[in-house]
Amino acid sequence: MLCNVCKQNEAKVHLTQIVGDKMQKVDLCEDCSKEKGVVDPTSYSLAELFLNPAAATAAASTAEPEAPAPGSDVRCPTCGYSQADFKKAGRFGCSDCYTTFGEGLETMLKTMHKGTRHTGKVPAVFQQSRVEAQKLKLLQKKLEKAVAEENYEEAAQLRDEIKRLKA
Amino acid sequence: MSIHDFLAPPSVSCQRAGPNDRIVMSSRVRLARNLKKLPFPAWAKKPDRLRVLEAIQPAVESLPQLAPHFAVAMDDLAALDKQVLVERHLISREHAAKGAGSGLVVNQEESLCVMINEEDHLRMQAIRPGLQIKACWQSIDAVDSALESKLDFAFTPELGYLTACPTNLGTGIRVSAMLHLPGLVLAEEITRIINAANKLNFAVRGLYGEGTEALGNVFQVSNQMTLGESEAQIIERIGKALSQIIEEEENSRALLLEKKPNTVFNHIGRAYGILANAHTISSKETMNLLSLMRLGVDLGMFPSVDRSLTDELFLLTQPAHLQRQHTEKLGAEERDTLRSDMLRERLRTVPRPQPPK
Repeated sequence: MLCNVCKQNEAKVHLTQIVGDKMQKVDLCEDCSKEKGVVDPTSYSLAELFLNPAAATAAASTAEPEAPAPGSDVRCPTCGYSQADFKKAGRFGCSDCYTTFGEGLETMLKTMHKGTRHTGKVPAVFQQSRVEAQKLKLLQKKLEKAVAEENYEEAAQLRDEIKRLKA
Repeated sequence: MSIHDFLAPPSVSCQRAGPNDRIVMSSRVRLARNLKKLPFPAWAKKPDRLRVLEAIQPAVESLPQLAPHFAVAMDDLAALDKQVLVERHLISREHAAKGAGSGLVVNQEESLCVMINEEDHLRMQAIRPGLQIKACWQSIDAVDSALESKLDFAFTPELGYLTACPTNLGTGIRVSAMLHLPGLVLAEEITRIINAANKLNFAVRGLYGEGTEALGNVFQVSNQMTLGESEAQIIERIGKALSQIIEEEENSRALLLEKKPNTVFNHIGRAYGILANAHTISSKETMNLLSLMRLGVDLGMFPSVDRSLTDELFLLTQPAHLQRQHTEKLGAEERDTLRSDMLRERLRTVPRPQPPK
């Protein structure tokens, strides 16, 4: 793969940045990456480097230098991963990162997938809890109805059943 | 016992047949799973990776579906053995680069293969010859269901199975088929097909997956989206696309034979001529010529030859397989010579191709 800027040397530095719902990729050789000052991936915008330098400079001159995104120093309490790590690698540190970095996740998922909600296989444990939750809802509805109809005997029975299910 | 004593040799494994195998070399369904709370392999330190391996490997090994199986830690495999496994499409190139803390469990039939601590904690795949994506899904679904009672998978009802890379999130499924498409390449229709597949959000890659060349006219077609669609929907959608590509390939072959029979026979005759007579040949040239010879077999130009011969040679002439047949370390030039020696020997008894009747 050749460097996007000089188009001569082998690209050694590969950057991916996701801003809003747009993903940008740029591949640079070592010389060009130094020239463009790509050392710390948190400190630049790909748009500035990217293949439209005129527009990028225009944008840069009108806009204030971008402040770090809110919460950019947040680390995942489970694995210590940071937003900067994600920007660099495009992968998360552990399953809890999906909660830690949940903000903005949906916009990113929209660009990658058909939807943003899982509709596939569910582990048996979750399936059971899903069935139980539905049953509980139904019983509660029945209970409300029984109370409204002053059918207290049935209401007491339903109340006991709900108690048992919750336990 | 080494993994090579355990697995069937290419002469046997290439005999395995399946529906549509004249175009579809193999089907595969891969699922990505991770354990809750533990860092993903790329971020995990060695002790955490070892912990994951120690938790997952026994669980996988206990499954009756995988019996008889072979399990090995990646740091116990020599570089050459790993390369052989890549050439056999059992592990990814990424997994071959792994050392301590990563592992592999494969069954004897090579129909189930589990990579531990690749990009995700668990990457399990079902592989079958020919077009059998549904059967692959059923078999890997059963393995996954058996494992979920033994391992605590990271899952949320909203996002599904949580994976290291968000591109695999949700179902964690990758359905793929390896297609041999010499007709579409010769007819210069392949770019149109690739573009059409891309429009449907399917990836088309080369022989060894991501970022590899389509050597030997072999292409891998796979789904890219894993969230917002169920496994059944994904399989249905890619199944339709694959059927269409198969039909296009068959049409291309028929049209080429009708319109330009001489060009087709010329390609195949020359391929045979070089393969059977060369005294030095690279693996790339070998693959491209074997692809044409395979096409010749499909078209009935080599009545005495079974397709398994070209498939076997396709595997045996690749660098690691070739090196394994020799004890001394081979340089690229020596390999090219030994490769041509083997091809001449194996094709000695194969009569030259005749136009089909």
